[in-house]
Amino acid sequence: MRWINTRPSSGMRLTLAVAPFLIVLAAYVAGSAARLADNANDKLLPGLSSFVDAINRMAVVPDGRSGQILLWTDTAASLTRLFSGIGIAVAIALVVGMLIGMLPTMRALLAPFVAAISMVPPLALLPILFIVMGLGEASKIALIAIGVTPIMIRDLALKAIELPREQIIKAETLGGSSWQIALRVVLPQILPRLFTCVRLQIGPAWLFLIAAEAISSEAGLGYRIFLVRRYLAMDVIFPYVLWITLLAVGTDYILNRLRIAIFPWSELEKNT
Amino acid sequence: MSGITVEKIWKEYGDQIVLEDISIEIEDRAFVALVGPSGCGKTTFLRMLLGQEQATRGTILLDGVPLPKEPGPDRGVVFQRYSVFPHLTVLGNVLIGKEMMAARYSGRLFGAARKAAIEEAEALIAEVGLSHALDKYPAQLSGGMQQRLALAQALIMKPKVLLLDEPFGALDPGIRAEIHTLMKRLWHENPMTVVMVTHDMREAFTLATRVVAFERLRDRPEEKLRYGATISRDIPIWPPRRAGEPSLIRPDRDGPVQKGQ
Repeated sequence: MRWINTRPSSGMRLTLAVAPFLIVLAAYVAGSAARLADNANDKLLPGLSSFVDAINRMAVVPDGRSGQILLWTDTAASLTRLFSGIGIAVAIALVVGMLIGMLPTMRALLAPFVAAISMVPPLALLPILFIVMGLGEASKIALIAIGVTPIMIRDLALKAIELPREQIIKAETLGGSSWQIALRVVLPQILPRLFTCVRLQIGPAWLFLIAAEAISSEAGLGYRIFLVRRYLAMDVIFPYVLWITLLAVGTDYILNRLRIAIFPWSELEKNT
Repeated sequence: MSGITVEKIWKEYGDQIVLEDISIEIEDRAFVALVGPSGCGKTTFLRMLLGQEQATRGTILLDGVPLPKEPGPDRGVVFQRYSVFPHLTVLGNVLIGKEMMAARYSGRLFGAARKAAIEEAEALIAEVGLSHALDKYPAQLSGGMQQRLALAQALIMKPKVLLLDEPFGALDPGIRAEIHTLMKRLWHENPMTVVMVTHDMREAFTLATRVVAFERLRDRPEEKLRYGATISRDIPIWPPRRAGEPSLIRPDRDGPVQKGQ
């Protein structure tokens, strides 16, 4: 049988899915054991027991100085920033995206501007944000919003433009005004895309968040990683990176389940 | 009354002349089938009746009044595809017209008004034979069912004119025959004029009161650009079909089909 027609059984699929994770883990354990055998104080690839210690220190026992459990304080600070930034981006992207997608006049006015803005590297704006908005929360949230909004606008506008012209015409023959068509025909059909769009932007959003936290912050997952870097504390950095990845994967999964639960038709459409 | 008067219509895209000098009088309650080869401007003509496109020259009158420059609730439409909204259920698709007409800002109805609208929508859905699928989404319906839904969705607006753009072209023959029966019944029962674009001659002669053929009379390669299509045949069906009246000669052919048939 040809390769393109060979399908794995469900047990095989699970094995295949888990395999890369196990291989990476095994490679790490082997590498770590080899280095520790050479030098018991090696800091680059700490053994699994050091991770358990570090996780215990960060996630279970309260910090001696502040009395808080650091991992949770950091997570709360980071997620608040992340979702504030994404929330602002979603609100702006929905409104501007629908304007560009639906109204030819607004498209003529805004589409070239948004296209140009989306090419500005957001990280290059970070110093400006710090100067203008100070080193507090506002500049970090602004960086995330600025970083992900233009692409979300373009994505949602494209989705709105992609709607078959027939549907819009049909809505007009059903007595719809521009506002009603926006509300009842276009908005509900681009909302599922919005969920997907946020899923795709979670990665960049984390990037901007960590960059901002690395430069100036008092708590946050990115802040902590860059803080302990000074002590080569790989036993803290690795679990933090893993935790950030888990948070991102979890958000991605939840957003997709939400989309299917709220817009069951969007999943049906996909299969036709 | 819903007669359409088309006076000396020309349609040009830049240098390309698509339609030239089209004049036709469509009487109230007629069922006109537009036929002709691909690319002869039948659909363009239908779009002009719809208001989706404007004629380069000439006027179109509906009941003696020039057509507005955009689609509106007096002219319903069913396309071959994408006629129904994928994000609404069968009931929601039929209801949305009522809702948008009644609620200017929210586009939704609540309470007693919604109940009344649902009742009306359900009656119409029963009429097109979709009562069993009220809560299904279009993606869960077959092509024939989607087109039935599109008809119900258009008819709840009680349009003066129903425009059909190859509505049954993608359906297989058995389903098409069923939906022809339905279409005939709907035309008999609703006070509307129907204009249908079709490729299927049999369909044209089965349903219409009048078959109008569009054709490029000059179609040599060097003439293609500067000569458009025009009406080359205008064939009244005999014995005449009249909306709401059984045919005296062959009642089985095109009498108002009884419900449940």
